[in-house]
Amino acid sequence: MFDALQLMLADFMPSAMASVLVILVQAVLLILPLMIGVAYLTLAERKVIGYMQVRLGPNRVGPRGLLQPIADAVKLMFKEIIIPSQSNVYLFVIAPILAIAPAIAAWAVIPFDDGMVIADINAGLLYVLAISSIGVYGIIVSGWASNSKYAFLGALRSSAQKVSYEIAMGFALVTVIMTAGSMNLTDIVKGQQGGMLSWYWIPLLPMFVVYFIAGVAETNRAPFDVAEGESEIVAGFHVEYSGMTFAVFFLAEYAMMILISFLTAIMFMGGWLSPFEGIPGLATVFAWVPGIAWLLLKASLLLFIFLWFRATFPRYRYDQIMRLGWKIFIPLTILWVFVVGVMAYFKVAPWFVHGGIA
Amino acid sequence: MIAFMKHQLKTWTLWELFQGLWITLKYFFKAKITVLYPEEKTPMSPRFRGKHALRRYANGEERCIACKLCEAVCPANAITIESEARDDGSRRTTVYDIDLFKCIYCGFCEEACPVDAIVETRVFEYAFEPGDIHVMNKDMLLAHGDLHEVQIAADRAADAKFR
Repeated sequence: MFDALQLMLADFMPSAMASVLVILVQAVLLILPLMIGVAYLTLAERKVIGYMQVRLGPNRVGPRGLLQPIADAVKLMFKEIIIPSQSNVYLFVIAPILAIAPAIAAWAVIPFDDGMVIADINAGLLYVLAISSIGVYGIIVSGWASNSKYAFLGALRSSAQKVSYEIAMGFALVTVIMTAGSMNLTDIVKGQQGGMLSWYWIPLLPMFVVYFIAGVAETNRAPFDVAEGESEIVAGFHVEYSGMTFAVFFLAEYAMMILISFLTAIMFMGGWLSPFEGIPGLATVFAWVPGIAWLLLKASLLLFIFLWFRATFPRYRYDQIMRLGWKIFIPLTILWVFVVGVMAYFKVAPWFVHGGIA
Repeated sequence: MIAFMKHQLKTWTLWELFQGLWITLKYFFKAKITVLYPEEKTPMSPRFRGKHALRRYANGEERCIACKLCEAVCPANAITIESEARDDGSRRTTVYDIDLFKCIYCGFCEEACPVDAIVETRVFEYAFEPGDIHVMNKDMLLAHGDLHEVQIAADRAADAKFR
């Protein structure tokens, strides 16, 4: 579709300009729904947590509270951006951008459907890992630039936690790469063809759990939100931020949550593949459903689990977080790398027959 | 040994975490207890102590006889009364002020009153902005009483056997 658009544009402008325009269109088509998704994820969060606490949640702005995110956005936009007098202004302003840019950039390689991907690069998974790690810089820089000891301590806690869980996350992804025999996200999804039982969540079940929990820790979400800990300490690394600068951090956190959900869906739950594939009857009944709908459904389910966790679990102590990350997740993932190696050697069907470490 | 195995099994299957998730999921589908306030209201007792009112007898004569028991009992010193003999010789108040900022809505004035003149009504949805008059004078109290007399009388009747 975009190739055709580029060809059409190239008729009456330099081809370089045409590709830039096409990239811009793609970026807008991605970021706009993403930002709307983020806005409504905040509403969903308040609603879900409210429902689990036997109350209704926001329901005053618009029908059933559906305009609440719009009202929040307008409020944040009109609030003053306070820049602390002793802060490093340049870094202070650039930190939120550093936080949100990777959370958006990583979406470039996410395949929404067969071929529906902005950049179908072979090192897709590596790119996701590399880009999402850059988000830590936004946190460190914001804590440093605020010139406030609370922000700085929050930044240290937050970044230490992120860095720790990135290791477990990376190892969990190694098992996926070993199973699929590819780092290309489209190929990873294609390797899971054949219905729910062919998805990687079965051979990699502990990794599925580890990856998702590490993802929760990675996004500083409850029960690993000691950096923010709204009921104990104040906001952590973004205490000094207000108005739109704060909102950008907020957007980054939620965009990262959505990204983690999509990645989990792609790598362990068959991405855009229908769960009824290969089941006679059901497969034909649901054949009309587009792949992107399945992916969105799976990601929404995982996002619901994010919120469900927040409504259920009490906050971990900081040393417990570190213990879980270093002493349990990392050894477990390394162990499973070997288990996957053994499974791949014996070509356990149906997951290791095509591809595999080859 | 058995206990150790049990503990390990529980830990690695995340059993207790799933129990917690199951509970919150059950609550997710429960009926919600939220009262949608301006549209829905919680039931109110006939003893509710809201904004004050002065009552009259059926013939229009004001009940208050300026005995000043309410003024004396008021723990917040919110009530100010001045009295004088009326032309027909009966003792009546000339000033009856209640400072709603001082009032703690304890209901002692109502209990002290021998003629059920000063009462607290069910009205609680009022607010003051800077510059608003927050001292209710006698006219305001009487007017408020006239406005809600039916409800006030019904509430006193409902609560009569307990007094």
